[in-house]
Amino acid sequence: MAEINFIVILLIATVTAATPLMLASLGELVAERSGVLNLGVEGMMLVGASVAFAVAASSGSLLLGTVCGALAGALMSLVFAFLTLSCMANQVATGLALTIFGIGVSAYIGSGFTGVSLEVSGPLVVPFISDVTILGTFLLGLEPLTYVTIVLFFCVRWFLYKSRPGLMLRAVGDVPDAAHAIGFSVLGVRYLAVMFGGAMAGVAGAFLSVYYTPVWVENMTAGRGWIAVALVVFAAWNPTRIMFGALLFGGVTILQFHIQSANLGIPTQFLTMLPYAATIAVLVIISSDRARILLNTPASLAVPFRP
Amino acid sequence: MLRYLLHSIAALLAAYGLLGAPTGAVAEPLKVGFVYFSPVGETGWTAEHDKGRRVMEEALGDAVSATIVENVAYGPDALRVIRQLAADGHGLVYTTSFGFMDQTLEVAGLYPDATFMHLDGYKSADNMATYSLRYYEPSYLAGMVAGAMTKTGTIGYVSSFPLPAVLQIINGFALGARAMNPDVVVKVIEVNSWYDPGREREASDALFAQGVDIVAHVTDSTAPTLAAQKAGKMVIGFHSDRAQFGPDSQLTAVIPVWGDFYTRVTGSVIDGTWTNAPMWDSMAQGVLAIAPLGPMVPQDVVAQVEARQAEIVAGTFHPFQGPVRDQSGTERIAAGTVIPDADLYSMNWYVEGVEGTLPE
Repeated sequence: MAEINFIVILLIATVTAATPLMLASLGELVAERSGVLNLGVEGMMLVGASVAFAVAASSGSLLLGTVCGALAGALMSLVFAFLTLSCMANQVATGLALTIFGIGVSAYIGSGFTGVSLEVSGPLVVPFISDVTILGTFLLGLEPLTYVTIVLFFCVRWFLYKSRPGLMLRAVGDVPDAAHAIGFSVLGVRYLAVMFGGAMAGVAGAFLSVYYTPVWVENMTAGRGWIAVALVVFAAWNPTRIMFGALLFGGVTILQFHIQSANLGIPTQFLTMLPYAATIAVLVIISSDRARILLNTPASLAVPFRP
Repeated sequence: MLRYLLHSIAALLAAYGLLGAPTGAVAEPLKVGFVYFSPVGETGWTAEHDKGRRVMEEALGDAVSATIVENVAYGPDALRVIRQLAADGHGLVYTTSFGFMDQTLEVAGLYPDATFMHLDGYKSADNMATYSLRYYEPSYLAGMVAGAMTKTGTIGYVSSFPLPAVLQIINGFALGARAMNPDVVVKVIEVNSWYDPGREREASDALFAQGVDIVAHVTDSTAPTLAAQKAGKMVIGFHSDRAQFGPDSQLTAVIPVWGDFYTRVTGSVIDGTWTNAPMWDSMAQGVLAIAPLGPMVPQDVVAQVEARQAEIVAGTFHPFQGPVRDQSGTERIAAGTVIPDADLYSMNWYVEGVEGTLPE
């Protein structure tokens, strides 16, 4: 019984730690599928986190904070989209600049909220569900936003592979000239895809600052935005594999503390690095099939389109 | 260009000249500078220092005027800020983080007429002293509370770095807990940071998963308190009384009380009695306290803790009094003796009952 409980708590922690990565990666996936490489995920996440925390702390509403975080992320990505799509700026350089810009802006927005905490309620007890012990503990232990993320995963997968607009989006990312010739608005699709990516990154940041800690700290994403970008590439633009990679990252993040308790004598600095290294290593190995990568890579990724 | 250079030199000379002149008898207030490594915020390390700064300003009134510089990065930035304060005529500068040690020393050498107080370091000069607090004393009391309250017999500790100052706190805590319940085990997890709410939360949750029902921490954020509140477990706060964030979970908190300290030291600089002797103040000087015990703590535990606190303040009880054994069972402090300060300064072992590994 005790062991089962331990595993359930471990699973809850893993899924919760993976949630921000899932959100940000799914957003970036849609953007990249449309042919736009936005390396500014880290910056958009940070701005989302600081805006969401500021709004949540001021208004007391976590939901309002999350929505504002999404809007802030979308706004950041709009700047990126304007520069790269309308002004034809280099996507890689602009994305890097967006991250640096986001770090600064988020620090400025959050400066009044350092050392402030949101109040947290006690453990949730729902009569029927709490009684069904194991499953109940697991289901109630997850954040509501995690459920939203799982729903979003199915939506994104369905959208990309089963819906007409998704087909159009992939066409825009693969052969924009042909899509343009048929009469699709390549830039319009890309604008929307990039903004969806920005909004998702914003929600990912909001999850960290409003639900996860819930405290605002400068640079609190701690490289998760970069991992999200890496996940998309190393998962070969496959949403299911992205979810798997995010769970792996979350799992190792949580497991490192238990490894420490096991007294194996591994330096803690090494354990701190482990989630990043392990996630990338595993994804590189499972995605090392060249043919599959070529098949899945958006053919016009990061290539500007001139109508 | 040349003219600009000459101007700068003239300004610099003027600054030196002003500082070199003997300070006026009464009229001029002493300018006191505070260098903080983080923004002030509502709770935590810097917030407590700033609370102390305000108490000092109130107590000393017109005799002082204080300046704070927050969010100062370690390294060249710190050097620039501390030098600027000294150049602006601050006769006393407090640098409130270990990371400012070398920069404080360097500026102290440049401005021999100003006084510098550096927190938690080990370097000093004729005009620079170090100051620290004996956190292990309130930690022992907090440990007593936790030892009495744990139902699982396992208490978690979210640690930052395996430094002597941190080990004193964890060991003091473990001794207090085991004084109330000799079977208590303290599990330590390091998060490799002084302030990382994400990892502090993850470490707290990991400890709860391992059967811990009370978590204590030597880190600076509210995350462990919030994690305990959310999980329905208990917590011992650190640096600030965080009861408002853990109304059902905070048993007590280990907190510094800087107001009287800053008033006393600043006063000694004003009346010329300041010396560069290192200061290592304790509960007896009123610089440390534990937050009011939570409503869940039974009366007899409150009475026991209060009695022990009185003994610590009176100097009749020392948390590290023998016999004390380390993790391997080797006796580190013989029965009837008290640990010498030098051994506290260089502490690199955990007491019996602590589960955690230290680097060789």
